[in-house]
Amino acid sequence: MKHLSRAYLILIFGILYIPILTLILFSFNSSNSTASFTGFSLEWYAELFASAETFIALRNSLILAVLSALISTVIGTAAAEGIYKMRSKFMKSAVNSVTNIPMMNPDIVTGMSMMLFFVAVAAIIGLEYESIGFTAMLISHTTFCLPYVILSVLPRINELGDSLSEAALDLGCTPIQAFFKVKLPNIMPGVLSGMIMAFTMSLDDFVISYFVGSSNFQTLPLLIYSMTKKKVTPDMYALSTLIIVTVFVLLVLSNIKSGKKLDAKKKGGK
Amino acid sequence: MKVKKRLFPILLLLLLTVLTLASCGEKAPKMTINVYNWGEYISDGSYGELDTNKAFEEYFNTKIQSDGKTLAEKYGFEIEVSYSTYATNEDMYSKLTSGAGSYDVVVPSDYMIEQMIDAEMLLPLDFGIIKNYSYISEDFKGESVYYDPENLYSVPYTYGMTGIIYNTALVDEEDIDGSWSLLWNEKYKGKILQFNNPRDAFGSAMYLLGINVNSTSDADWQTALAKLSEQKPLVQAYVNDEIFNKMTTASAAIAPYFAGDFVTMAEQNEDLAFYYPKEGVNYFVDAFCIPKSSKHPDVACEYINFMLSEEPAVANAKYVGYASPNELVKNNADYIDYMGEDAMAILYDTPPSVVNESYDKSFGTACYRSLEVLGIQDKVNTLWESLKTENATELWIHVTCIVIVGGVLALGIYTVYIKKKRSRHYRLRDREQKSLKK
Repeated sequence: MKHLSRAYLILIFGILYIPILTLILFSFNSSNSTASFTGFSLEWYAELFASAETFIALRNSLILAVLSALISTVIGTAAAEGIYKMRSKFMKSAVNSVTNIPMMNPDIVTGMSMMLFFVAVAAIIGLEYESIGFTAMLISHTTFCLPYVILSVLPRINELGDSLSEAALDLGCTPIQAFFKVKLPNIMPGVLSGMIMAFTMSLDDFVISYFVGSSNFQTLPLLIYSMTKKKVTPDMYALSTLIIVTVFVLLVLSNIKSGKKLDAKKKGGK
Repeated sequence: MKVKKRLFPILLLLLLTVLTLASCGEKAPKMTINVYNWGEYISDGSYGELDTNKAFEEYFNTKIQSDGKTLAEKYGFEIEVSYSTYATNEDMYSKLTSGAGSYDVVVPSDYMIEQMIDAEMLLPLDFGIIKNYSYISEDFKGESVYYDPENLYSVPYTYGMTGIIYNTALVDEEDIDGSWSLLWNEKYKGKILQFNNPRDAFGSAMYLLGINVNSTSDADWQTALAKLSEQKPLVQAYVNDEIFNKMTTASAAIAPYFAGDFVTMAEQNEDLAFYYPKEGVNYFVDAFCIPKSSKHPDVACEYINFMLSEEPAVANAKYVGYASPNELVKNNADYIDYMGEDAMAILYDTPPSVVNESYDKSFGTACYRSLEVLGIQDKVNTLWESLKTENATELWIHVTCIVIVGGVLALGIYTVYIKKKRSRHYRLRDREQKSLKK
């Protein structure tokens, strides 16, 4: 049984990580073959940094992801608090399911309806689509990131309950002060994980960006997809490797931090 | 604590100002032209080559022309190129028709240009601005350009032909007959690849059978379909860009593909060889066009004109690896040296069908015209679907799906049934207990 469970573990981790490791390996390949490893080189990293197209796309993706993560975190946290405060149980579940729609909807439907909407809006206010292109992209990304934030914040608020903020109110805080000084720090882990989730969702979205994107704003996933006409070049592997390494470092750092906090709590408890 | 509190709004303010600064222009009014091209289809500064988009900006904004002014002064604004990319002609077409964004320069293929002219989506070019059009080879001018016979709407950028790639280590020399029939050779069962798009796949069968690839007759397409289903058991896979891996690692021996891509593959596997089938091949041309939605058609013409001048044209041709219709490129010593003799011979070879017939004839009947314009797009798609789905493994997939769905349904019904039974049982028990209490 023990061997079996170990084998299972190895299998699952293998399926999860071998493709990523292959990608990392081939980003150091000296030829552009994806079949045989011909030698170690940093050539593709050099190409990556030389390619203007890739950099513009990466910059666009990052700007979009950071902004939509920030905005959706603010709106999402406020929404979660609002949903928590709702008295009517019916309204609560209704609002809950409505906010989940962008997540449950197939991306292609969301993307298409967003595109139609923004094209119509641009026509009505008499602006070129380009001039609202970035805003349209930002709004749609924020929209589909929202449910993820709400989903990760709401349980935290539910768990926390009312007693702490009521105590704060009793001790003379205004409701706003009570929220920012007592509630927010306590639900912070949920808010942060919601924000990270929103960031990654926005960063790797393809379908919605494909529909909504305007001619002057191309994101990284769109660029990579368009390369399938010829052949995805290994400098994309190099880029993916850099992204993976960044994510990995961030994860390790956040784990170390929360681990330290846990330790501190344990000590405090003793 | 107080410092921290103050910091947040300041940071927010900073972010906002940065954003507004980024979105607003500097001193001179700055316009953007939107260029929409295939992925990896322009020199972008990698491999130590020219970044041609940036070079155009520099040329437009700072280079002093013969009249003593820069183009920026002439037009009254500076220009910035916003470049985005697509993967298929159809992607580009749907983006253009959706109205989400306007483009100043697009690079459709021949049949798509025909379709777009037909749908009145393109603007006539201003050849007063595109003076470098004179460098385009005469082969791409005149009535022989079937997709744009009046030469009003397009300036060719790259062209190329399909042919057959084979592995000399796996294919016997005596089997090479210079014909499409190599793809039907039973000796290489399971080692043959075929295009994964209807136009090219049907094309290979139609050339072999001597059928006009632009035929609108039902019978012709059915004959081609029969030929393709005859080939199907021999085919290892229907592929797109996977072909690069399969051919360079010798996991397949024979495949039809574009000459320009063969050159890339041959760099990685020296055993690969190539020929143009004698029955005829397709000739594709990707060309610069200006869509009707363009805001600055004159600047778009300047862009096209710039791309035809020697330095950017050579850089692009080196990067893309397909043949260039530009005489400056074809005769550039640096380019010839870079591509190598073998590649040049293949890329700029005239295929047998073109030698035999006159040039315009081959353009007219031997090249793919728009199925949309011919009015048989749906029909061909249906035939293609029927080819791809007539397969035993497909049946297995269907059966497995039905079994799984049936199993889940049965399980669901069973659980509901059990639950009902239980609840009835409890209800009865409750009632009994109540009546007992009474």
